[in-house]
Amino acid sequence: MAGRKKTDETQMNFDFDGNSVPASKGVKKITKASKKAVHGKEIKMTMKAAEVSVKKKRSRKSVAATAESMAAKQRDISVSEFFAKNRHLLGFDNPRKALLTAVKEAVDNSLDACEEAHILPDLMIVIKPVADTDNKFILTVRDNGPGIVAKQVPNIFARLLYGSKFHTLKMSRGQQGIGISAAGMYGLLTTGEPVQIITRINAKSPARHYHVQIDTVKNRPEVISDEECEFELPTGTSVSITLEGKYLKGKRSVDEYISQTAMANPHTTITYHAPGGEVHEYARQSEDLPFMPVEIKPHPYGVELGVLFKMARESQSKTVGKFLRNEFSRVSQPLSAKIIKKAKLTASSEPVKITLKETERLHEAINSTKIMPPPTDCIGPIGEEKMIEGLSRVVEADFYASCTRKPSVYRGNPFVVEAALAFGCKSDSKDKKEDEKESLMRLVRFANRVPLLYQQSGCATHKAALEVNWRGYGLSQSRGALPSGSMMLMLHIASVWVPFTSESKEAVAHYPEIIKELKLAIQECGRKLGMHVRKQKRIKDELIKRSYIEIYLPHIGQALKEILVLKEPQVDKVVNNLTTILEKTRSMP
Amino acid sequence: MPRTKQISALDRITDNAQQVYKTIIAERSPTMSTPIRSLSNVKYRPQKGYFEMLGKSKKRTLTVNTVKAFAQTLKMMALSKQLIEEDNMATKREAYYISKNWGKAGFSEQPESDTVMDDIEAMFGVNREQLKFVPEEKGGSVAGNLFVIDKDNSGRKLKIDCTKFGSGAYSIPVEVENLKFQSKAKFILAIETAGAFQRLVKCDYWNKANCILISMGGVPTRACRRFIRRLSDSLKIPVYAFVDGDPYGYFNIYRTLKVGSGNAAHLNEYFCVPGASFLGVTPQDIKDYDLPTHPLKEVDIKRAKDALKNDPFVKHHKEWQLAINQMLKMGQRVEQQAFAKHGLDFVVDQYLPDKLKNPSKFLP
Repeated sequence: MAGRKKTDETQMNFDFDGNSVPASKGVKKITKASKKAVHGKEIKMTMKAAEVSVKKKRSRKSVAATAESMAAKQRDISVSEFFAKNRHLLGFDNPRKALLTAVKEAVDNSLDACEEAHILPDLMIVIKPVADTDNKFILTVRDNGPGIVAKQVPNIFARLLYGSKFHTLKMSRGQQGIGISAAGMYGLLTTGEPVQIITRINAKSPARHYHVQIDTVKNRPEVISDEECEFELPTGTSVSITLEGKYLKGKRSVDEYISQTAMANPHTTITYHAPGGEVHEYARQSEDLPFMPVEIKPHPYGVELGVLFKMARESQSKTVGKFLRNEFSRVSQPLSAKIIKKAKLTASSEPVKITLKETERLHEAINSTKIMPPPTDCIGPIGEEKMIEGLSRVVEADFYASCTRKPSVYRGNPFVVEAALAFGCKSDSKDKKEDEKESLMRLVRFANRVPLLYQQSGCATHKAALEVNWRGYGLSQSRGALPSGSMMLMLHIASVWVPFTSESKEAVAHYPEIIKELKLAIQECGRKLGMHVRKQKRIKDELIKRSYIEIYLPHIGQALKEILVLKEPQVDKVVNNLTTILEKTRSMP
Repeated sequence: MPRTKQISALDRITDNAQQVYKTIIAERSPTMSTPIRSLSNVKYRPQKGYFEMLGKSKKRTLTVNTVKAFAQTLKMMALSKQLIEEDNMATKREAYYISKNWGKAGFSEQPESDTVMDDIEAMFGVNREQLKFVPEEKGGSVAGNLFVIDKDNSGRKLKIDCTKFGSGAYSIPVEVENLKFQSKAKFILAIETAGAFQRLVKCDYWNKANCILISMGGVPTRACRRFIRRLSDSLKIPVYAFVDGDPYGYFNIYRTLKVGSGNAAHLNEYFCVPGASFLGVTPQDIKDYDLPTHPLKEVDIKRAKDALKNDPFVKHHKEWQLAINQMLKMGQRVEQQAFAKHGLDFVVDQYLPDKLKNPSKFLP
């Protein structure tokens, strides 16, 4: 689990307007006071409520607040405090979801760490109810990753917004460095238990066992204990969180999440001990490590004006040309010259001195110049074959189709979209089969191989699936609903930066570029499905028509016999000849 | 209906079956060709006075898709042959029930068997009575100065006096070919509704105007059309139609009476009354007699527009086009019995005598 949170450090301090004066009575103005790069790596952002003006309006009895009295109440809020109050933003809104989110964060981290160290992941997930309670569980996730160096353990597990992934443009499961520490914080808040970590980075050195917890006011980790211990693997990490939760089966359950993770990660072995004592084993299907994503610079297309301006102002490049070449991918010397000429700038001007007007021209010039699509070696799709393998690992169906699109760009971030479809899914019991006849298609969503279980209707994948005209593929679809049928649609978005709608990473934002690609991928699968459905229908129709031969030919023979007074052998000949004639004209597709 | 000119229905059936049989024995797919039965396959022949069938036909080759219809057609032909040989007959409804013995080749609804029957009829160019299938439909009612000469079951001559039915009427039989007529009436009035017919009988109109009244009861059946045709041919008196003033009355009733239908176009030659002309109720009558009306229904408008566009009879007669356009412009339709507004006797005392002063102004 190490290797991902190395040396970068992010700390965000927010100054919030913390008083309780009714908003309608005052007009607040918040201006950005400063935004500085300290040591080039640590960014400190401070937002201050600098100017607060209150319209004075006499209320009946209470004394109106003054700027001074309000200022007295205005103070720092730590990020951890903020999230402790708003834990739903991170996916801990109810006990059931909290358990799932904790599993998800731990599994994401483990898989990312293993893959980054080029180790085929081998996960063990254990959820044990705490004795004598029915709403507390101990969650343990153990991986065979590279381990974590001693110094970083507290920061990684007990400090929010601390991580290696936020500042890089690279496809990975985790992004912000919130997840696992938030899970630990939730555990601490609900049970008072600290997070326990056992990690070993080297087969020759002993493993260490830590107890850490977060100081929510300061957003700083506290190490409660740190001792040497035994560990069964040469390297690896095991995290245990005690938390309040609720274990239920069915949709959006932990079981479902693990099964879908297995679907999207055929190179992973997962052993899962459910709270009820059941053990689910998902054996590794593929010995190939998935594609190793590489870090990239942003692509010029889609970079917003404000971002471009900020990047230029903060650039260390000496000239605008160098700035374009150094800070963006796919910008060559001639191309940068072309863009600068279009923008009517001088090539030798310094980017830090650029004005907003000039940036506007530069932005326009970039978007009207043809630039190669971003490098795609930074994203690793699951792949058409592997997706079908993954799907068939979970559902048995009559027909599978899949499609991996070519990489595309939204806001300068390359992304790849994949779709796979299983049609005619077989269910276990007979009763279930009856239900499924009426049921809608199941949508299974993934972002960077991570299953998304919540907020389906708010997700770009869902919107895309709805916008596709499934009737064209021989399915029935009500207005504003997914098509009906026993089928499963798997959608995967891989990107260096997946645009989630919230920090709990439940749904993908509705970027038109992403929805367009999703639709194209679904349509590609749909066309294959349509062919299959039509063929099935043809075969069925054909069988019905073939039965006509058997049913009606004897009547023709009989009628001719009655009219022409034929003898039996003649009638037989009529029927036999007709059977041959008709069968010649039909060939089974 | 003159039969001597035609090869008998029995021969047509066996010839056709023989052809099918030979084709099958030669290991080829048999085909049957049926004339298309719609207005698109007829032409109005003003000099002959009726819709004549054009050569368009649909060819049905035996394939898996047509095997059911093919089997049903042949079974129906076999049934017809059996009926001819036994000198029996079956109503259309009975034929439908007989098909229930054919297992899966049976018909599920009567319209299906009727269609097959009509196809065979058109294919062979014969009347369905010749195939020994008879309709259940009523022929129509007659009252007035007419003697119908018929035979009873033992073959004795019967002279039926149509003046002697009191408030009732003589009923037109299904088979009218052998009837003979005697009359001194001046014209025949063909009436759409039984209600209007009763009013005229009640007012003793046939006696006052010296005419023959015939109630068609909606679209005239084949027997009714043939009866009126034979009557007018043998008595050499004109036929006037008195129907509701709506597109249904004009085209489904009057046009079918006069020139025949698209559906059984091969028979129009015998089942039409080319000499008929249209007394009323015309759209102009609505204005002239200040009649109470109803607004045209959507189907009426559709039917009127369709007639303007597709009906060869309407396309030939300018007068009719003008009348329809006048009706569409007014947006109103009128019923025969609307004259009751001006008194029950108004139609007899005022309207019909007025109109009959000038038969040359009747719509064609």
